[in-house]
Amino acid sequence: MQNPAAPAWTADHFFAGARACIPVAISVAAYGVVWGVLAKQAGLSLLEVMLMSGLVFAGSAQFVALDLWTATPSTLPIGPIILATLIVNLRYLLLTATMRPLVRPGTEKRSAAAMWLLSDENWAMTVGEMAKGRGSIAFLVGGGTTVWCFWMVATVFGRLIGSAIDDPTKYGLDFAFTATFLALLLGMWKGKADLLPWLVAALVAIISAKLIPGSWYILTGGIAGSFAGAIAERRRGYAHQS
Amino acid sequence: MLTSPEALLAIAGMLAVTVAIKASGLLLANRLPQTGFIAAWLRHIPGAVLASLVAPAVVTGGTAEILAAAATALVFVVARNLFAAMATGVIMVFLLRMALGG
Repeated sequence: MQNPAAPAWTADHFFAGARACIPVAISVAAYGVVWGVLAKQAGLSLLEVMLMSGLVFAGSAQFVALDLWTATPSTLPIGPIILATLIVNLRYLLLTATMRPLVRPGTEKRSAAAMWLLSDENWAMTVGEMAKGRGSIAFLVGGGTTVWCFWMVATVFGRLIGSAIDDPTKYGLDFAFTATFLALLLGMWKGKADLLPWLVAALVAIISAKLIPGSWYILTGGIAGSFAGAIAERRRGYAHQS
Repeated sequence: MLTSPEALLAIAGMLAVTVAIKASGLLLANRLPQTGFIAAWLRHIPGAVLASLVAPAVVTGGTAEILAAAATALVFVVARNLFAAMATGVIMVFLLRMALGG
């Protein structure tokens, strides 16, 4: 179902999006620098930083990948890294789905390809525009271009200055992951229904982290917590009906 | 060290799953269940994954990590700013580790 009334791809929309996303891109850059510093610590080369930031372009997945990364190629857990990326990025299914009303007939493939440039930040700006009756795929792409440039420059910069920071734990930089994830988590709070899945996820993750080596606790906790949330929601749904 | 085949494979795999997810959300928008169990499950994944990332790191840390996590949460709830919250967490953990000698 395309929307014939959706706005065309114009340079105007592109540059409006590119400009509108500069403020959010600055905060993206701030944690891009942190990611770059940690990437150095995890053993990523400058080329690998450029490839991962430039191609994968997904902040939270890249943070999780660093957690799993090993400096020696032979021990690199390729499967778990890809699987973790998949799990962490599943939420993009929901974000890109909300862009559907902006797709003009005949631009489906182009629009789907453009979703590569969708990040949390330019998505949020575009949804804000849609609420005002504006917004377009070109606006999203313009914003994505800004965010991409800031992310690229910041992560490379972080990787370069990372050489000057020998031990991140000395400066508390290892805690940047935890603090960032915690803040992202709190930003997702929508009400009491979130409490149960989060607690189940936290408990299962803590127990798994103690019992299973490696980073599988992210998956066990994530799966247990999300199922707990879905089951609780379903039971509440039935209670409402009866 | 420039890179390795293993690293390139991992990055290519990350790229492939990310592009596939982002494109399919848009293309399948009208077919994704809007209600029911699967929809609820998808909605709860991001929060559950983040909670799993945070909880072991805070619990297996010491007093410094727990207090810094509390400060991070407080700053985020008050200021609603991701970077301010992250910076607070890092500075607090740095100071607390020094103060507690940990």
